[in-house]
Order: sequence, then C-alpha cells, then structure tokens
Amino acid sequence: MAKTRYAPDRGLTARMTLTMFLLGVVFVAFITVLVLILGATNRVSSGGIVFIAVIVGLALGIGSFWYSDKIALSTAGAQVVTPQDGPDAARLHGIVDRLTALANMPKPRLAIARSPMLNAFATGRNEKTSVLVVTTGLLRSDLDDRELEAVLAHELSHVAHKDVAVMTIASFIGIIAGLLVRFAFYSELFGGGGRSNNNNNNGGALPVVLIVLVVGVVTYAVSFLLIRLLSRYRELAADRAGALLTGQPSALASALQKVSGSMNAIPTKDLRAAEPLNAFYFIPAFKKSEKGGFSLNNLFSTHPSLERRLQQLSEISEQLSK
Amino acid sequence: MGFLDTILGRTKPAQPNLDELFALPTAAITLEAGMDLKPTGIGSVCFRATEGKAFGDIEKDVRELLSMGSDTGSVEVSTDTYGYTWLTCKHAPDDFEALVTDLHAVNSSLQAGGFGPQLLCTLVTFTSDTVHRLGIVYLYKQGTFYPFAPKAGQQRDNAVELQVRGAVGADLKIEPDLSRWFAVWGAPGL
Repeated sequence: MAKTRYAPDRGLTARMTLTMFLLGVVFVAFITVLVLILGATNRVSSGGIVFIAVIVGLALGIGSFWYSDKIALSTAGAQVVTPQDGPDAARLHGIVDRLTALANMPKPRLAIARSPMLNAFATGRNEKTSVLVVTTGLLRSDLDDRELEAVLAHELSHVAHKDVAVMTIASFIGIIAGLLVRFAFYSELFGGGGRSNNNNNNGGALPVVLIVLVVGVVTYAVSFLLIRLLSRYRELAADRAGALLTGQPSALASALQKVSGSMNAIPTKDLRAAEPLNAFYFIPAFKKSEKGGFSLNNLFSTHPSLERRLQQLSEISEQLSK
Repeated sequence: MGFLDTILGRTKPAQPNLDELFALPTAAITLEAGMDLKPTGIGSVCFRATEGKAFGDIEKDVRELLSMGSDTGSVEVSTDTYGYTWLTCKHAPDDFEALVTDLHAVNSSLQAGGFGPQLLCTLVTFTSDTVHRLGIVYLYKQGTFYPFAPKAGQQRDNAVELQVRGAVGADLKIEPDLSRWFAVWGAPGL
C-alpha cells in the first residue's frame, strides 16, 4: 500500500460526532419529556397536537428532501445546462467532468442561475438527482479556472458527503419542535373551551399545553444552535475534501476570499428571494460577522468564518508540501 | 462511501487501479486487425498537480526517469487549459509495449509518492486512413477504458467510438456508463 498524503482531520471528525450526539440527546430528551407530560396528565388534546406536529413535520421534512433539487432550481431560477449550451456551460461541464473522474463519483446535473451574486450550491436527495448550481455572476467573475474548479470541488464534496440528507435529518427535530410550539400556541388561543372541561382531572397543574410550548421552545433553540454548528463543520469538511481533490488548497482559499469580498458588496437581488437557499450556498448571502472573536453572529451562521476556513486550507497546503 | 463516511463528512480519496493498463497491447493488436487502426506511438498520462514542493520533486524524477530509461522514446510536459498536467511519451509506432511500460512507470512513481489520487487518465492514440485520430482513454479510478474520436469543431465521432467499443470489448474493460466518457479536447497526440 502506497503511502497516503490525505490524512483525515480527527479533530473535526470528533467535533462533528459530538455535535450529532448532542442532537440525538436533544431528540431523545424532547420525546421523553413529551411522553412523561402526556402520560402524567392523560390529556388527549395535547397528545393530538404532538401527533399532528410529528405528522406535519415528517411530511415537510420528507417533502423538502425529496424535491430538494426541484425546489432549489426553481427558487434560484436556475436552468439545467448541457455542454452545448454556450461557452459558460461547456467550461462548467469540462471542469466537472474531470473532477468527477478524479474523485470517481457520478457526474451531477449542472445548472446555471441568472444572478449577479457570486455563488454556487449543490442539492438533491442522492447522487443521481443531485444538481450543482452556479450563478452567472460566479462564471463571469474574475475567478480564474483554478479558483472556479476549487469552488466546484467544494460543492461536489457536499454531494459526496450527502450533506442534503444529513442536514435534513438533523433539522427534523427542530422542525417538529417549531411546529409543536406553533400548534400549542394556537390551541391556547382557540382551544380554551376544551381545556376548562378537562380541568377537573388534573386540578391545580399548569396548563399542559403551556408546558409543551416551553419544552418546544427550548428544544427548538438548542437544536437550532446545534444544527448551525453541524452545518459549519460540514462546510469545513467540504473545504477539506475539495482542496484535497484538486490538490490546490490555495486556489480554494483565494476563491473564498474573492467571493466573500464581493458578497459584502451591495447585492442587486432581493434578500427575501435569496434567503431560503442560504444553507447550501458556498458563502452565505448575508453580511458576515466582524473579524474573529466569539460573536453571536458566528454562533448563528451556517458557514464558518473566512478566517477559520483559510486557516484550515493553509494547514492542508503545508501537509501537501511535505 | 460508507455510511460512517457520510455521517462524518469524510471522503476517502479514490485510489487508481493501475493493473488494467497492461491489457492495452492486446487491444492494439485487435484494433489493427479489426479496424486497421495503428498506434501513433504517442501516449500520455494526465494528472492534477498539487501545489507545493513535494509534487514538483516527484514530477521531476519521473521526467528524468523516462528520458534516461529509453533510447528511442522522448518525453514532454504540457499543461492544458483546465490546469491538468500531461506527460507525453513518444515512441516508434511499432514499439507499443515500450510506450505502455513508460506510461506505467509514470503511474507507479506518482502512486509511490502518495499522489495516486491525483491521476486523472491515460491516453494512447491510434490512427488509420479513415479515422483521423482515435484515443483510448483509461480512467484510473474506475479501472475502465473508453474510446474518444474527435472530429473538427469539438464534435465527437460517436459511430467510430461505439464501433471501437464493440471491437475491443473482449480485450479491455470498457466503461459501461456512457456519461463517464468525457471528452479530452486538445489532448496531446490527438
């Protein structure tokens, strides 16, 4: 066996595992508390709310996962292109052809979105339906071929890591908790009559719906932070895999700082139109936090800070030169 | 990718499969017998150079090895528009085995240096009176071959390619997924 220069980042793997473990803990705790509350109070109406929330949550989760490619394509206004659709498409196909051959993975569909923003994202529920979307802004930017290739390698890594599936499953608990809060809130508003009938069964206890609401809010908040953390780790993993695939970590670093520089410029696209796809963007469309330090913005963002990403890439570069 | 790799967001770099290359001389005989396609004596190895000194050192070693080792052959290095490096070996058209041996030497040097995952493809070219140029491309990661017959104006002669697939199907492992038969326009020797 020849030696390998592609050592995995154990620290990153460990942190990612811990995050997913904590998400699992939150999930189990959430279910346990719900079962305990409902079991202790025998409340049929609350049980109904939980049941509906789980069903709707499942439907939403599975639906957005199953149609992730179509949803993303239409939200971004992107068109799937073949190599014959002009020079941009030919260039894109040429680069991705080689990268997929290098990585030994099936080639995803390629799409171009008409947008001046410099961005790229990958989506789709599996390798067959996955689609890689690139904006015209990115294709016509001052990124050279090496930098564009690095960006595409990063997106291909998202496909290879099945990040859409992982993030959908990870978000599931948050979706259910969020729905539960909403339903509990509405039933508080409109379900007053039903509750007074049952009050004799558990006299003096806090309204069950209120407890469910609080549990839902706490679960939602904690899982939200964990999902964002997981998302940042997945980005670092994709940076790493992409840089190792092309063997050019510095090209990715250069592309990152070029793209993030222009993302801070005033975009012409309506923010509301750009927001839903944010989690899968190469660089999120929102203005990033101030440099360094521990800030709330860092905690909430789907992508790691530019400094963190550049630091990892320079470590890989060093590793490749040895 | 295993389940655990997916969960942890890791990619194991795809390692090349080098053994299949030695099926090429047999296929060359079949091509000449069946379709009158003769080797041009030009073959090349395409790889993605990584940044840093380590890769440069190995590349230099490979070049020295090739230019020293063979008296008849010569070696050239070029970079294409996609940023990939092509090491082109030229031999006498009738010395096809020496060409394949040289190409294999490039592969094993890169792999021994830990850069196996950087190998993209190997290309050997053929020609005949009717077919101007035909490339047989070897995909390292799949361990499969496919034909590439360019025509003028970035068109591919699919008829010839499919005919070649039929002709050498018994000698070479042909890539079954047609969508992986990507074009290598302007590759050395084509």
